[in-house]
Amino acid sequence: MRPLLLLPEMLIFTGGLVALLAGSFLARGRQWVTRVVAALALLGCIIASGLALAGDGQSAFEGTYVVDTSTGIVRILASFATLLVLGLAGDELAGTPRESETYALLLFSTTGTLVLAGADDLLVLAVGFLLASIPLYGLIGLLRTPKGAEAAMKTYLMGALFGISLLLGVTILYGVSGSTLYVDLTERLATAPAAAVAAGVVGVVAGLMFKAGGVPAHFWVPDAAEAASGTVATFLTTVPKIGAVVAVYRLVGALPDTVAWPLLISVFAVAGMTLGNLAAYWQTDPRRLLGWSTVSQVGFLLVPVVVAGRSELALPSLLFYLSGYTVTNIAAFAVTTALPERRDLSSYRGLAGARPWLAGSLVVALLGLVGTPPTAVFVGKLTTATAAWDGGYGWLAVVVFVNTLISLFYYLRWIVPAYRPGEDADRSGRGTFVPETWSARTALVAATLSLAAGVAAGPLWAVLSAARI
Amino acid sequence: MLSLIVFLPLAAAAVLVALPRIGDVVARWLWVAVTAVDLALVVALWLRYESPGSLGLAFEERAAWIPGVNSSYHVGVDGLSLPLVAMTAVIFLACAVYGLHERDRPRIQAALFLFLQSVSLGLFVSADLILFFVFFDLSIVAMYFVIAGWGHGDSGRSAMKFFLYTFLGSLALLVGFIGLYLAADPHTFDMVDLAEAAPLAQSPLAGGLVLAAILVGLAVKTPTVPFHTWLPPAHTDAPAVGSAVLAGVLLKMGTYGFVRIAMPMLPQAWQSWAWVVIVVGVVSVLYGALVALAQTNFKRMVAYTSVNHMGYIALAVGVAGLVAEDTTQARAVAVTGAVTQMVSHGLITGALFLLAGVLENRASTYDMDAYGGLAAPAPKFATLFAVGAFASLGLPAFSGFIAEFQIFTGSVAAAPVTAIALLGILVTAALFLRALQRIFTGETRGRSVGFADLRASEVWSVGPLLVLSLVIGVLPRPLLDVIEPAAGVVVDLVGR
Repeated sequence: MRPLLLLPEMLIFTGGLVALLAGSFLARGRQWVTRVVAALALLGCIIASGLALAGDGQSAFEGTYVVDTSTGIVRILASFATLLVLGLAGDELAGTPRESETYALLLFSTTGTLVLAGADDLLVLAVGFLLASIPLYGLIGLLRTPKGAEAAMKTYLMGALFGISLLLGVTILYGVSGSTLYVDLTERLATAPAAAVAAGVVGVVAGLMFKAGGVPAHFWVPDAAEAASGTVATFLTTVPKIGAVVAVYRLVGALPDTVAWPLLISVFAVAGMTLGNLAAYWQTDPRRLLGWSTVSQVGFLLVPVVVAGRSELALPSLLFYLSGYTVTNIAAFAVTTALPERRDLSSYRGLAGARPWLAGSLVVALLGLVGTPPTAVFVGKLTTATAAWDGGYGWLAVVVFVNTLISLFYYLRWIVPAYRPGEDADRSGRGTFVPETWSARTALVAATLSLAAGVAAGPLWAVLSAARI
Repeated sequence: MLSLIVFLPLAAAAVLVALPRIGDVVARWLWVAVTAVDLALVVALWLRYESPGSLGLAFEERAAWIPGVNSSYHVGVDGLSLPLVAMTAVIFLACAVYGLHERDRPRIQAALFLFLQSVSLGLFVSADLILFFVFFDLSIVAMYFVIAGWGHGDSGRSAMKFFLYTFLGSLALLVGFIGLYLAADPHTFDMVDLAEAAPLAQSPLAGGLVLAAILVGLAVKTPTVPFHTWLPPAHTDAPAVGSAVLAGVLLKMGTYGFVRIAMPMLPQAWQSWAWVVIVVGVVSVLYGALVALAQTNFKRMVAYTSVNHMGYIALAVGVAGLVAEDTTQARAVAVTGAVTQMVSHGLITGALFLLAGVLENRASTYDMDAYGGLAAPAPKFATLFAVGAFASLGLPAFSGFIAEFQIFTGSVAAAPVTAIALLGILVTAALFLRALQRIFTGETRGRSVGFADLRASEVWSVGPLLVLSLVIGVLPRPLLDVIEPAAGVVVDLVGR
């Protein structure tokens, strides 16, 4: 059984439970203790995963959960992302009624993400899906605003629909193969009727797309990004997709060649990139814009999955892109949580004059999401496009770059007002923009990390290229 | 030494950004000082330079960057890049001296230009495709902020058009780079290795497509017709120092890409498509000159002459692809002329744009008909302007003549029909003489009344550029001794 292989997941889950219980008994003013507990749990997870990375790949619970370099990297990345999100939470949630519940739900959802990434069995995948999704429903609706309720309802219904799709797919695949373990699926599905296998695969992948927030299950993402609190919006656009995309990679690695799964993934990738970019163009609310931008980023992330197993660059480039995307997205959201009342792009006018470092972080984050060198996402886009071309999908590389150009349009629509001079002299001093301290600091740290990961891509790549699935 | 030259301005920019308490005066003089030190280092480099052999680089430095895709921090100079590095250092020093009278946020402007200087120098010395691309894109970002932040007129829109258009070009370039990487065995982004291997020599279709991607990217930056439409608005609305750098340095990044990347790495494809490049060059020469003739806005006119001058370079490098036994020397002369034109155009057009900035500064308009008889109130301005105009049209004794003479000698010897591009020189002469006549001769009227003559900072920024052009025109040997071996190497590589 080897439960200790899942020590990092256990640490986070226990941390969530402790935060929940402690929060029930602590006074409102002392709820910050739960934030410390959550942070400690995440740090413990990072340390435990780091130690486990040094060893070889092993499987736990009779082969249903694998602990290899990819799982280790996802663990570290997801925990680090949640840690940065906690940095944002300090400003927004301190002293609010649902503070400790938020931290607990964040930690539970992170555990679900980790389970998704390490699952080597269809049923464990379904468990991870539920564990990652259900806390999200609560998190989105916690603010108790009408828009929050609408977003939570939308997420819940979509989650229910795609959860059913996932379970239906799992059932079909189990039915034709007789096993839910990935190791068994490859030979057994090869002899199964292709139509049934295709239907099962579509169901499972569509379900995972809900978690990733990509086409065709993307409808909830912009609403949730707009209506949830800043902390939750940052979390839901960053962390669940880390686990979901790696889960898709593991799944397609276990499928036989009788099903044209690259075609399915490439359709989702191209549709996601294009739809996300085109829809983002019309947005005026920065959070909604970032929500649509994450939909398009999932499209970019699926590109190396298309050539999984066909190119050596596929897995390292996927992990690199995920890492770069995580810090850059958090930096962009951190700027919006630093100025939470500014819910229109034109209200950012004069930011550069008043708060140059915050504006600089915004520019680095947005141009980073486009993929301007020398940021981490540039190296990610370069290597994923190279992997796609190497794997025989050169047209996909061209589509990646065309969509990169399209995405530049709407990011510039945010950068341009920020660098325009303020409206009149007495309304454009430092006093017009008063950012929340922790969010501003997090934005700066995340933007610097995004640049540093791009410039120091060599060592990071060396770690990631040891990943095997 | 090369890394010091490249990153010294960046370090100075970081200092300027990190210390907001630095006064404006200190910031401006620090900018001048750093660019002067950088120029001194480049001169020291030039004095110690010895021509490396074929496919070699002098002052080479290499450090690992992304070993996973075989991309390293690899820099070095040879006869193609050293003159451009020197030209870049000179132009940025001239801009720093010009900027001594800047009133609008001089500290930030100095930091931005120092950053842009690092990026430009880095591009010319890079010997790795991804490193080249990083600097290429960063130059676009920096120039966007220069135009949007310190421009006038419809600067926001022009800057946006510049950014989007050249960014599209850079993405096409990246697609081409990935194609080269995957075709090479072992996969690498290193320029020296790729030039040696010429990976797509056996596959004409793939080579043609990769060359098309790279050419589109470089053609947008150069710019050649039909990808030139971003240039006139960007120049018209940019500040004077911004235009000088855009024309002097950034446009050379495109043409440098032709001789450094496209020709050595894709010789077969270049030979097959040489006539396309020649036609594009000739059309750019003639179209640029004719449209410039029709302009009434002086800065827009000079912008179109840039299209014309870059057309000569495209013509020359295209001719270098018409491989035949008896034309090897002619083609080497053409490529030498192309590189000389790059240096010459940078100096001369940089000077012209700085002079145009004087018009904007004194009278807020570039419209040539608003002036008349300006020679009387502003004789220094008139002298420098006349020198710049004659240099730009290719008068002997200036560097432009040396460059254009070599280009035409080489091109006409290899492909006589290209002599049609000589009409471009005629039209350019006409348009500059007409501009001189409209602005400076006749009765002093309109905005010329009360026009203040050049300040010391303006004289000392424009003057040295034109003097250098004159020196190169009269004593071209030192420059040509550096370029000729490298041009010979490029012609050999293309002829494979």
